[in-house]
Parts: sequence; structure tokens; C-alpha cells
Amino acid sequence: MELAAAKMIGAGLACSALIGAGVGIGNIFGNYLSGAMRNPSAAPGQFTNLLIGFALAEATGLFGLLIALIILYG
Amino acid sequence: MEQFEIRKLWDLNFLGHDISFTNSSLMMIVALVLISGFMIYAMSARSLVPTRIQSLAEIVYEYVAGMVKENLGEEGMKFFPWVFTIFIFILVLNVIGLIPGNFTVTSHIIVTFALAAMVWLTATFIGFWKHGFGYLKLFVPSGVPFWLMPVIVPIELISYFIRPISHSVRLFANMMAGHTMLKVFAGFAVMLPWWGKIAPAGFMVAFTGLELLVAFLQALIFTVLTCIYLNDAVNMHH
Amino acid sequence: MFAGTTMLLAAAAEAAEKVAESGALPPESVGLPQLNTHHFAPQLFWLVLTFVTLLFVMWKIALPRVADVLEERRDRIKRDLDAASRLKGDTDKALADYEKALADARSNASGIAKDTREKLAAETETERHRVDDQIAAKLREADKRIAATKSKATSAIGDIATDTARAVVEKLIGQNVSSDDVKKVLRPVAGE
Repeated sequence: MELAAAKMIGAGLACSALIGAGVGIGNIFGNYLSGAMRNPSAAPGQFTNLLIGFALAEATGLFGLLIALIILYG
Repeated sequence: MEQFEIRKLWDLNFLGHDISFTNSSLMMIVALVLISGFMIYAMSARSLVPTRIQSLAEIVYEYVAGMVKENLGEEGMKFFPWVFTIFIFILVLNVIGLIPGNFTVTSHIIVTFALAAMVWLTATFIGFWKHGFGYLKLFVPSGVPFWLMPVIVPIELISYFIRPISHSVRLFANMMAGHTMLKVFAGFAVMLPWWGKIAPAGFMVAFTGLELLVAFLQALIFTVLTCIYLNDAVNMHH
Repeated sequence: MFAGTTMLLAAAAEAAEKVAESGALPPESVGLPQLNTHHFAPQLFWLVLTFVTLLFVMWKIALPRVADVLEERRDRIKRDLDAASRLKGDTDKALADYEKALADARSNASGIAKDTREKLAAETETERHRVDDQIAAKLREADKRIAATKSKATSAIGDIATDTARAVVEKLIGQNVSSDDVKKVLRPVAGE
């Protein structure tokens, strides 16, 4: 059973990659908002870039979650 | 995890290779039929003033065309049908996979990896075909001091070779994580007594909305990255 | 997230126990279905088949139609815009022509008025000259007549004086005196 326990711990550790994703997504949206407050007229043009940045940052965190799932079930 | 399970619907064998018709193949065929039917039906009138469905098809067309032109320039339009097919195929597979009970083809690493490998191989092939061995200059960024080369070149090489992996895992992980999350909350809704079911059920509704956004965004990102990789190969201003 | 992970962990523990109980790994029931290599070949085959079919359909049938319609619409809009700008040019030209005609008419009218004025002024002038000349001629004639009358009157005065003087002399001396003599005498008196 030590192997199973180690797997659990490893999966939990792998999920810490989502910390970075959370920080990154927060950063992206925060900076977008502060930029949009300064220059509201330019904000809609950057909305697509915002979503792309969001998805790229989220994907990086999901790599970690994926590792966790593979550890658990793989 | 049984929502990701492949089930054989029809056993097929071709020269000893297993090519069974599975639920995954069924969804691919459904997507193929949906997309072809939509595009052909929408444009059947070919009217100058578009109907709703025709303007929808035109919006998708112009959206992808704008993306290709923005990244690849006007001469990149010869890749447009290919990029368009990648975009709409992934988009439709992602979206129909969100319907409860449906299988999500793009939540399988082999599918996304095959698509990403196709993109990577195409980009590499075009790069060498257009620039010959000059394509290797892609790994030697200009304006970097000479003494940094031993560090930069391996990094560039690794990042180039890891492209198909990150490209495919991004789509796969997003799809799989989203569906797993929905599954987990559906499990809560089942386990809780009747007065507690509303919270996870409401969360699932909201989360399905987010997943719809993610399904679109990941198709978009896969396509944008395809354009960027192609642009590296075609124009090579690194 | 925390609750979700707990759930996952519970499921994983269950699966792990099941594996531990059975003691063997059945190839198709354990692990992520995505990593089951048995299913790679059929998925790849159908992926290639559907993708190539879709690419072909899009490339040869669907996309050219959309491109045609968009092209046609762009052409149509361009044509309409061209026609509109051409019509606008025509309108502008017509307006300019009208303005020009109006200005011409104005300048013509003022020219005609000026000419008329000048002509009338010239006529008046010549008429005035003619009348002036006539008046002057009449004046000269009148002057002449007056002068003639005056000289006639003056000479008549001389004759009268001569006759009177002769008559006076005849009375005084009783002798006929010729008028020539009288005249001869009177001339210095008359200041001639």
C-alpha cells in the first residue's frame, strides 16, 4: 500500500502546478482590466488576445493536473 | 473515467490492423457530416444578402481567414483550407463532446497528438522546402551574443521539438480536465441527499458554460498556434 | 477544487484496492483509457479518414462557394460605390454647369445694361450737341440780324441828321445846300 500512498502524495504535489496557472490567469485579467481602465476604447480590440492568454496560462496548469491524473489512474 | 472509454461498435480488421468502428469514430463521422452539411446547406442559396445560417458560415470563414491573413500574410491563404478544416473539426468535436452522453474525441491524446504532429511535420517540411538548410537559422536567433549560443541553440532546439507535445497536450488536457471536473460534480449531485443536490447541479450548469468557452478557445488556440508555427516556416523572421 | 480532488482520490483508492485484490492488471479496464495503446490504431485510422474527407470537402466544395459569394458581394459593393461616386460626379458637374450658366447670364445682363446705358448716354450727348449747335446757329443769326438792324439804324440816323441839318441850313441862309456838302461837314461831328 506504500505505493498507493506515494501515488496520492505525488498526485497532490502535481496539482500544485495549478498555483502557477491561478497566478498567471489572475495576472492576465488584472493587467487587462487595469489597461482597459486607462484606455477603455482600446480594450475590445485586445479581448481576443486576453482569451488566448487566458487559455495558454490555463493549459500550463492543466499539464500539472494531467500528470496528477496519470499518476492516479495511469 | 468511463466517459473516456473507447467502445467498439463494429469490429473491423484491415490487413491485420485493428480499425474497428468505435464510439470515437462515430463522433468523428458525426462531426464530418455536421460540418459538411452545415457548410453546404448554408451556402446552398449563395444569396447576395445572406440568410442567418449563411451569414454564420460566412462569419466562420472570415474569422479564420482573418486569422490566417494576420499571421501568414496574403500569400498564406493557400494554407487556408487546411487551417480552416483543423479549426472547424476541433471546434465541432469539442462542442458536440459537451453534450451529456457524447464521447469527446479531442479528449484522447492520440487524436490531438496526431493533429499536432501533422501540423509540426507540415511546418518543418515547408520550412526545409522553402529555405533549404537555411531553415536551421531558426534555431540561431539574431541579435544574441556569440557566447550565449551554446545555451540558446539547445533551448531553441528543445522548444522546437517539444512543440507537437505541448500543442497536443494543451488541447487534450483542457478537454479531459473539463470533463473530469463535470464528472466529479455530477458524482456529488448523485451522492448528496435531495436538499443538497442543487449546489453541485448549479455549479455544473455554470461550469458547462465555461467549458463551452474553453471548447471554443482551445480550438482557436490550436489554430492560432498552427498559424504561428506555419509562419515560422514560411516567413522565418525569428 | 479541494472537494473534487478528494472525490478523485476516493475513486483512485477504490481502483487501487480493486487492482490489489485481483492481483493482475487487465489490459482494458484499468488506467486512463487515453493511454490504452490498443485503441490507438482504430482512432488514428478513423481520424485520418474523416480529416482527409473533411479537408477535401471543405477545399473543393464548401470554401470556394463561400469565397465566391464573398467575392461577388465585394464586387457588387465596389460596383455600387463606383456608380454612386460617378453619379455624384455627374451631379457636381451639372451643378457647376448651372452655376456657370447663372454667372454668365448675370454678367451678360450687366453687360447689356451697361451697353444700353452707354448707348443712351451717347445718343443724349449727340442730341445735346445738335441742339446746342442749332441754338448757337440761331444765336449767331440773331446776332447778325441785330447787328444789321443796328447798322441800318445808325445809317438812318446819319441820313436823318443830314436831312435835318440841310433843312436847318436852307432855312437859315435860304439857299439850297447839297446833301453831299452837309455830309462833308457833319462827318467830323459824327466822329466818323
